[in-house]
Amino acid sequence: MKRRGLAGWIFAGPALIMLGLFFFLPVLFAFGLSLTNFDLYSLADYGNTEFVGFANYAELVRTPLFWKALGNTLYFVAVGVPLSIGLSLGAALLLNGGIGRLTGLFRTALFAPVVTTLVAVAVIWRYLLHTRYGFLNYGLDRLGVEPVDWLGDPIWSMPAIIFFAVWKNFGYNMVILLAGLQTIPNDLYEAARIDGASRWQRFRHVTLPALGPMLLLVSILTMAGYFQLFAEPYVMTQGGPVESTVSVLYFMYDQGFKWWNLGFASAVAFALFLIMIVFTLLQYRFARARGMA
Amino acid sequence: MKGHGLVISLLLLLLSACGNADDGREVVRFWAMGREGEVVAQLIPEFERRNPGIRVEVQQIPWISAHEKLLTAFAGDATPDVAQLGSSWVPELVALGALEPLDARLTASRVVDARDYFDGPMRGNRIDGRIWAVPWYADTRLLFYRADLLRAAGYASVPQDWAGWLAAMRAIKARGGADDYAILLPLNEYEPLLALALQQREPLLRDGGRFGAFRSAGFARASDFYLRLFDEGLAPRVTNTQISNVYDEFARGRFAFYISGPWNIGEFRRRLPPERQGDWMTAPLPGPDGPGASIAGGAGLAIFARSQHKEAAWRLIEYLSRPEVQLRFFELTGDLPARRSVWRAPALAQDPYAAAFRVQLERAVPPPAVPEWERIAQQLRIVGERAVAGQLSAEAFRATMDADTDRILARRRALLAEAAR
Repeated sequence: MKRRGLAGWIFAGPALIMLGLFFFLPVLFAFGLSLTNFDLYSLADYGNTEFVGFANYAELVRTPLFWKALGNTLYFVAVGVPLSIGLSLGAALLLNGGIGRLTGLFRTALFAPVVTTLVAVAVIWRYLLHTRYGFLNYGLDRLGVEPVDWLGDPIWSMPAIIFFAVWKNFGYNMVILLAGLQTIPNDLYEAARIDGASRWQRFRHVTLPALGPMLLLVSILTMAGYFQLFAEPYVMTQGGPVESTVSVLYFMYDQGFKWWNLGFASAVAFALFLIMIVFTLLQYRFARARGMA
Repeated sequence: MKGHGLVISLLLLLLSACGNADDGREVVRFWAMGREGEVVAQLIPEFERRNPGIRVEVQQIPWISAHEKLLTAFAGDATPDVAQLGSSWVPELVALGALEPLDARLTASRVVDARDYFDGPMRGNRIDGRIWAVPWYADTRLLFYRADLLRAAGYASVPQDWAGWLAAMRAIKARGGADDYAILLPLNEYEPLLALALQQREPLLRDGGRFGAFRSAGFARASDFYLRLFDEGLAPRVTNTQISNVYDEFARGRFAFYISGPWNIGEFRRRLPPERQGDWMTAPLPGPDGPGASIAGGAGLAIFARSQHKEAAWRLIEYLSRPEVQLRFFELTGDLPARRSVWRAPALAQDPYAAAFRVQLERAVPPPAVPEWERIAQQLRIVGERAVAGQLSAEAFRATMDADTDRILARRRALLAEAAR
């Protein structure tokens, strides 16, 4: 028994050491940093750093821009995650439904945005979203809609970012869900059909329950990813206009690397970490209650 | 396997390329930002011809990430030898001890004559009594205006004091429609308000940059005047991004005044329709009682304390500061020279739009030289926007600015107190 335990530790050892060295240690260090006032002056002389307890967290709660950033992030998550998963599921169903030999082509085409470089496609999207020359406004113009200043108007900037992020990411979930769909035995559908279930009923009572665990996984991963919104606004809007696309992570980046308030920025990172844990637990609870996991 | 072979041969090629470049010349690493970084490469060959022992490696850095890059480079012990520094970054890098003081080199230099430089930009680079950067080009804000609208309202030129200016704006507003305004003060810029505030005698920070002084009589005058422009409907409550296109709206006469910087000379020439080209002009900012000051900005060239090639780096700075090189630089970029003597060149002396900048640069005042200034200025924009929207009274605006500024400066105060002990 004891020897088996040892063998287990030896096998798990390398992975644990790596995790400890490159994950737990930095996280611990960052937490320690969040309890200090490490800033520009500390960079000049490390002796200038002091332990301040939870002062950074107290300060954070009093910072209006943090709340604004949190609001923006929640907006992004609340709209982006369902939209992204819905789109992934829809695309997966269509692909699974059989478009014959074209399935492979479409699967590749829809997955392509995931493997493209974000910065490169962001440049193209900036053109698509351009107020005057953008393709999107050209389409709207055809429909008789006034041109929208997508990235310059505080009302439309976040929808534009969501649009872009969903387009960029939905292929990934689509592939996971497609794999899930393909594991559902055909007999179940057959049996349902014989029982007279309609298309919708088959989806509702066969497909969805069978996909349950997959959907939970996908939604947790997507939510965790979407909470960490950063690159899209960094490349497309730099947080503007009027702070309408500043996310929590963007706020942290500004604090940490623009103003070099590393102590405060670490506190922001931990606040975000806590928020994400809470949301993930809630999601898990919800799924358990629904019998999905 | 084949792929590996390719990678290895590419690596070897890279190595040999590096080897070739190592030709025994002293290498000066020079970081330049944005457009200046693109253009300065054209000036380097001549420098290398004059200094055969030096090779300059220019690294172009986008403005948007330049500040982070500099701080990260300092933290990672990878600062360049010379860099172009936005004037507001100098105090920060001085606080870090990242820069080399240039006083001795400046006094000994036969090329860089400190007296030839505009006072404002030069003063902005003087911290704790020492010079840390040589101004490369100067920047300030002043009025771009529609001369035809002003004439139609009964004014031959821009009045020089606030009272006259205000009267002119009222007259312009009275002649226009409900959607027409006298002046555009974009709410996403703090510069217009800062320029008005720097015209006052009272400084914006007190006790050696330890506390905010936004409740002074001076800032009260400036902020009241600023807020009044919105309250009277002379300025629209909009950000720059909410206006579809500043140039189109200016050409249409939606506003007659616009406070902006030198880059817009080129933009106005390019973007205003030909039939409007005769109608616009630039003018120095009016002051509370007579010609007013404005913000001294721009960028300087500084040497990093950790540089191993300070002598060569200084030679590069001297070369870039030569009047004829400054003039060439102006022709390439449109950046205004920081040396007065360069302004005698016909390209500048005969440019009607540049003339106001020449005058304004003599009356340019640098913002407070504390490392935290950029954050305070951002706060001025954010809180100012709330005051303009009516969410804060003028008094509350100034009190909030002081409270926020004191909070931002808390660390600085503590460290100064410690240093005094």
